[in-house]
Amino acid sequence: MSDTLLGQAIVYLAAALICVPIAKRLGMGSVLGYLLAGILIGPFALGFVGREGEDIMHFAEFGVVMMLFLIGLELEPAHFWRMRSQILGLGTLQLALTTLLLGGGLLLLGLGWRGALACGLALAMSSTAIVLQSLKEKGLGGSQAGTSSFAVLLFQDVAVIPILALLPFLALQAATGGAHGEAPGLLAGLPVWLRAGSVLFALLAVIVAGRYIVVPLLRIVTKTSVRELSVAAALLIIVAIAYLMMLVGLSPALGAFLAGVLLANSEFRHELESDVEPFKGLLLGLFFIAVGASINFKLIADSPGTVFSLMLAIVVVKAAVLAAAGKLFRLSFDQNSIFALGLSQVGEFAFVLLAFIHRLEIVGGDWIGILMAVTALSMALTPLLMLLNERLVLPRFGTRQQSEEREADAIDTEHPVIIAGFGSFGSTLGRFLRANGVEATILDNDSDQVDLLRRMGFQVFYGDATRLDILRSAGAEKARILFIAIDNPATVDSLVTTAKKHFPQLKVMACAGSTLAAHDLIEVGVDAVYRDFLDSSLRAGVEVLADLGHRRYTATRAAQHFMKYDEAAMRQLAPHRHDQGVYISNARELIRTQEQLLAKDRASRHNQHDHAWDTDSPVTAATEKL
Amino acid sequence: MNKILILFAHPRYEKSRVNRALRRGLAGLENVTVHDLYEEYPDFNIDVPREQKLLREHDIIVWHYPLYLYGPPALIKQWMDLVLEHGWAHGEGGNQLVGKPIFNIITSGGTRASFAPDGFNRFTLMELLRPLEQATHLCRMRWFPPFAVQGTYRLSDAQLADYAERYRRLLSALAEAADLEPLGKFELLNDWIADLIRKEQP
Repeated sequence: MSDTLLGQAIVYLAAALICVPIAKRLGMGSVLGYLLAGILIGPFALGFVGREGEDIMHFAEFGVVMMLFLIGLELEPAHFWRMRSQILGLGTLQLALTTLLLGGGLLLLGLGWRGALACGLALAMSSTAIVLQSLKEKGLGGSQAGTSSFAVLLFQDVAVIPILALLPFLALQAATGGAHGEAPGLLAGLPVWLRAGSVLFALLAVIVAGRYIVVPLLRIVTKTSVRELSVAAALLIIVAIAYLMMLVGLSPALGAFLAGVLLANSEFRHELESDVEPFKGLLLGLFFIAVGASINFKLIADSPGTVFSLMLAIVVVKAAVLAAAGKLFRLSFDQNSIFALGLSQVGEFAFVLLAFIHRLEIVGGDWIGILMAVTALSMALTPLLMLLNERLVLPRFGTRQQSEEREADAIDTEHPVIIAGFGSFGSTLGRFLRANGVEATILDNDSDQVDLLRRMGFQVFYGDATRLDILRSAGAEKARILFIAIDNPATVDSLVTTAKKHFPQLKVMACAGSTLAAHDLIEVGVDAVYRDFLDSSLRAGVEVLADLGHRRYTATRAAQHFMKYDEAAMRQLAPHRHDQGVYISNARELIRTQEQLLAKDRASRHNQHDHAWDTDSPVTAATEKL
Repeated sequence: MNKILILFAHPRYEKSRVNRALRRGLAGLENVTVHDLYEEYPDFNIDVPREQKLLREHDIIVWHYPLYLYGPPALIKQWMDLVLEHGWAHGEGGNQLVGKPIFNIITSGGTRASFAPDGFNRFTLMELLRPLEQATHLCRMRWFPPFAVQGTYRLSDAQLADYAERYRRLLSALAEAADLEPLGKFELLNDWIADLIRKEQP
């Protein structure tokens, strides 16, 4: 059954659907669920997948590639700059110290210095996939442990580039023949300097293409307004970069990360994020399953002592180094324990590096096999460690509250206000808010308009605001106010419904182009409705009256009264609009509403209520005769 | 010649027979600027630099307003709060108004007799103006007694015309006056004008 593609798909999807909910129910997180699913269907349990587990692994690595693309997308240069000391400090400290200690250990176990160094570097990597996924699930992404983990992972991910570039040098001196020091892809057989040159060239190509080809391409694609096309474009970007990177023997994940960073500042950030997100989730799941399936239990069974003690030693060393680094960077005890234990596994890049080391023949196949098994096992161990930490260590020794308060300095990309639609109404509102120090996240789905506004220095994102995922990536979960300044009634309706349903904490305000539209908005539950014509027509009315010789102050007060009265009348009429049946035409309804309003106007003579400063009927006159 | 700035504040000017008559009487006076605050700032959003410039350009400042519930209309207070800035009108470096004469032109429904310790309104006009007086004192301005048009509800057209004439006389006399010091001794400036008229008549 599992021979065909469809059969395999059934096996993987079913395993995930069965194991992940169970794991979640048991409080273990989805990562452990996927790993267990992988072990279950792997060759050593049910045997649904055998050798192809390794092939699947290659495919599933694409999940990691997409994850790094998304990480890159979320990483605006400004944000990157804010975290620079953490990334460089924590990152360097972790990588150098861990490599040193683990390499030293391997040296003692009998590896040559080159092999020990290469493997030390590989083992120093932690798993971006597991850590970020777990942190996100536990809602710790914004905590100090979260940002520190992110900093270290980011440094490691970037460090893979030079490591991959340097490994051939280690091989060059290890291998005597050089003929079997086979680098992957196109560059096999080229001299080292040419290889390094083409690597640099490829990176440059990604940077240039990102800026001058991808963004204009996306603009053209979004103009077609075909949703699948933008998904296709996003996938094409990632696949193309991955392919280019593999050609030059670099990690596709890194290329994707780079592309992500380049696009982080473009208006398509949110759009790309929500396009890629579901694929990433699914492929990451596949990746974890593949890791589970590829754990070589036979090797473990053959020498369980070696594998387990090696794994424990590595995890302990990594955790100890991280804990020390965390302490140096003043993480509190509980944040530090999450940080250190969370990053204590050997990550997915180790698979890549170890495979490369094997190909370069720096280290023999038996060692590589053991280290691969160790890597997979340590990844499986992490969710368990974090669970133990959460259930047993933190409740006893932790001080949860203290750390929560400091989260504010971590990441503050979310704005309190989201403005959907940046036409004249939305942009005036946005400018006013900005002038008063309030930044808003702005969504608009006209890419020309977005482009123009961005050149004027606004932070505008291209995206269809009615989509839940876009709202989410615009920060609707944390924002306080959503202001809708979109003309299209159907769009507004669906946006309000989505927002009300998924973000109940969000106050929804909207502008309406007509009284009828305002009625609609009140009906769908908008909290505050502003008819865009009301204020300006009354302001014009004040000028007209003043020109005709009325006192300006009296006219202003009259306009204020009228506005209040009109708002009340509008709200009174709103519930009755469907009285005459659903099929009443819009035009007729408009006339009817106008008639009702005019009748009300005549009935209430607003200005007569204003007795203030009335000099005709003195309060004191009667008594003054005394 | 003294240049006089009249800061006029009436929230319902179109309904005030008395104030319209008083202002009509000012027509054609050369050294008098009438600045209609409620017309200029119906939204209370006062242009402070413009007001300060006007203050600098004039030698005598006048607040002209109806007395409502024993105080000036809200816009006068708003004007004071915004224009008489710390560091400009008072406080450190606030010396822009030092020595500048200021007084009030007040219309009130109550008669002069009712503004007395034993009268209906229990306090004299001067007593009721104390907060304004102290504010101008803080700015080191020179405070003079008010000119009051009182008992407005029962003024006949002839009486009103007489008041308007006296208001006009007051302003032209002030514009020509070299020394304002003697004015301080009157209870109301009405008495000063009455003196002037008496002296003119043989």
